[in-house]
Amino acid sequence: MAIATDSSQPLTTADGTPLRQSLRRAERLNKLRAFGLVAPLFLFILVFFVFPIAKLASVSVDNSIVPEILTNTVEAIQDWDGTDLPPEPVWKAMAADLVEGKKNRNIAKVGKRLNFEKPGFRRLLIKSARKADKLEAPYKESLIKANKKWADPEFWRVLQRESGDYTFSYILRAVDMTYSEEGSVTMVDDKNAVYLDIFGRTLFISAQVTLTCLLLGFPIAYLLSTLPAKTGNMLMIFVLLPFWISLLVRTTAWIVLLQDQGVINSALIGIGVINEPLELIRNRVGVVVAMTHILLPFMILPLYSVMKGINPSLMRAAKSMGANPAIAFWRVYTPLTVPGIGAGGLLVFIISIGYYITPALVGGPKDIMASQLIDIQMNQQLNWNMASAIGVVLLAITLVLFAIYNRLVGIDRMKMG
Amino acid sequence: MTGSADNIVVFEGVQKSYDGETLVVKDLNLDVDRGEFLTMLGPSGSGKTTVLMMLAGFEVPTHGQILLNGTPINNTPPHKRGIGMVFQNYALFPHMTVGENLAFPLEVRKMGKAEIEDRVNKALDMVRLGGFANRRPAQLSGGQQQRVAVARALVFEPELVLMDEPLGALDKNLREEMQYEIKHIHENLGVSMVYVTHDQSEALTMSNRVAVFEDGVIQQLAPPDVLYEQPDNAFVAGFIGENNKLYGKIVSEDDVNCKVELEGGGGTVAAMKVNASGVGTRTTLSMRPERVTINPEGNASENTCSAKVEELIYLGDHIRTRVSVSGNSDFIVKIPNSHGHVILQEGTEVTIGWQTDDCRALDAPNV
Ligand SMILES: Nc1ncnc2c1ncn2[C@@H]1O[C@H](COP(=O)(O)OP(=O)(O)OP(=O)(O)O)[C@@H](O)[C@H]1O
Ligand SMILES: [Mg+2]
Repeated sequence: MAIATDSSQPLTTADGTPLRQSLRRAERLNKLRAFGLVAPLFLFILVFFVFPIAKLASVSVDNSIVPEILTNTVEAIQDWDGTDLPPEPVWKAMAADLVEGKKNRNIAKVGKRLNFEKPGFRRLLIKSARKADKLEAPYKESLIKANKKWADPEFWRVLQRESGDYTFSYILRAVDMTYSEEGSVTMVDDKNAVYLDIFGRTLFISAQVTLTCLLLGFPIAYLLSTLPAKTGNMLMIFVLLPFWISLLVRTTAWIVLLQDQGVINSALIGIGVINEPLELIRNRVGVVVAMTHILLPFMILPLYSVMKGINPSLMRAAKSMGANPAIAFWRVYTPLTVPGIGAGGLLVFIISIGYYITPALVGGPKDIMASQLIDIQMNQQLNWNMASAIGVVLLAITLVLFAIYNRLVGIDRMKMG
Repeated sequence: MTGSADNIVVFEGVQKSYDGETLVVKDLNLDVDRGEFLTMLGPSGSGKTTVLMMLAGFEVPTHGQILLNGTPINNTPPHKRGIGMVFQNYALFPHMTVGENLAFPLEVRKMGKAEIEDRVNKALDMVRLGGFANRRPAQLSGGQQQRVAVARALVFEPELVLMDEPLGALDKNLREEMQYEIKHIHENLGVSMVYVTHDQSEALTMSNRVAVFEDGVIQQLAPPDVLYEQPDNAFVAGFIGENNKLYGKIVSEDDVNCKVELEGGGGTVAAMKVNASGVGTRTTLSMRPERVTINPEGNASENTCSAKVEELIYLGDHIRTRVSVSGNSDFIVKIPNSHGHVILQEGTEVTIGWQTDDCRALDAPNV
């Protein structure tokens, strides 16, 4: 008693070690055990999630190919002030790089890279490289003679701008921005602008899908949470059933249902409601319907778990105080489901943003979503940097949405189960 | 059976079945007087909550009708009944502050802002929670939440307030404190209250009248003292307070009393004929422990019987003595710890005695 109340001395345990120290020792074991339990997942996330994202981010700004292949030019062009044409040493360095590049057969690679910045660069480099052996001092005249495009200072300015190990061109392009001739950042002209449009569309489709999921999922979750356990569990199996069927199968099933000669159109024509088949597929309707179907469980599950936890006597209390059922529902029940709406909405929205298979199969050309852009860049354009840049922008949008959500609702109020 | 104008609530032959097979409430006839504090007391599952829910409008009577202020309300939805209600788990709205909780019933009645604030503050003061308007329910202790629930049920000035085991979740001290508080609020406001509990001391402390429920039937409806001193049947006698039971057969009777031959061979004793009649009928004799004396002097007791002391428990103000009488070894006698009280040893033979008026012949289970 006396020891404990004496505030001038640090508290000690019975054997005299300071209390704080023995507490720390006791807790260290707990911490170690907790860490041991988390470690496998932590490693997994590190290797298969954090590392790929870091890699993605680095590929999206990677420019190492330029200094690697045009080593001499990149070094020489640093001193150029950007006016008129570069001085003779730069031309000389370029001639040397062309010779080297021809020998190593890699001039086309850097050509492709620079062609992204300025169309025509690839042809210029390849054609000049063919004549590289005939170049001689003064290199300026010699190069211009080989290809008169070299007299255009624009090519040199682009080369100077893109001479570093990193570039922001891809990311800028992914948000429809580019460098002007003066080297400042501007929006690309309307006929080349595609990305913002598609990102906007992606967000819009995601919002549509989220809203439809909420409208359809809310009543079902409510029903599930109020039914007696036996019936409720039975219905829950139907909600979860889609999870057991391959995504591809479900999407193709929608094609079968929605196409012009599909089940729905045939039935409607059969009973004489319409004469011409409705356009239900290869357009927005098909995308929203199919995505809603696939993502609905992600809305229902968090909503259900939140609703299950709402004390039914709250609604009774509201009614006993004179609130009619509609007011009681709106002012008492609905606010309590917000954590579930938030969790389900965020889940559906964020999955939608990155959705690929469904819009690719049931969408039309006007329904291309961001993930399909990534696919096009990777598999058709073979431009991995651009694909990564679009991925980075998508990631950034997701993070911003998360932050907004956190601001409005609070991540800690989100309830998944 | 129809109530007079003084009855705020009348149950007329109300029955309720949830599953169509068993009646949870059987032929309930009950009048609640205006301004009365009526408690429904009964063991778990006896149908108390069901009766309350029918009155509040959350359950529909299967048969019979309920009148509120003389008007049948079977088809009136809960929100139009104007009945205040306190739920067992308080049912405070967790997303609203205490002030908003209290304002809710006033807002749905479309009252002005100033009046709402005024009433909310008054209601909070009434339950001594003046400074708590901006707290969330989760930031209150159990007792404070309970008071908010009471204030919320009263803030819109209903004539009738229902409470379903409102103190069930509180510890003993707090429960007793709240019992007095609710009782005082009832006295000050003059509202009618229908209160549900399965705690008999709570029922006795607070109520004007207590309705003892068992198996969907009111066993007795009476003020607390009558319930304790003059139980109508063996269930009420056993449920309210401590009670000694002896079984026997009636051997002779007159208008008021009867003679009963005890089953365990304890001889023949006299008892008041309350709920048993007919020579040869089996009966339960019911006696309160404090009305039985040990080794009565001379003719002080009208009835005597021999007994053996089984156990003595010292409880300060009295000594709880367990004796076996006529085959019943759970017979309790309370010996007041007064000056010069009898000193007993376990295992000794004694005589116990009682007045005929304190021994009630009630119904007996059939063997
Ligand atoms: N919604 C319901 N559906 C079916 N049976 C019910 C329902 N509510 C209550 N019961 C049954 O009705 C009977 C009476 O229940 P009630 O809730 O009225 O008892 P109670 O007296 O309030 O008990 P307690 O003191 O435990 O609260 C019980 O047997 C119960 O199982
Ligand atoms: Mg109950």
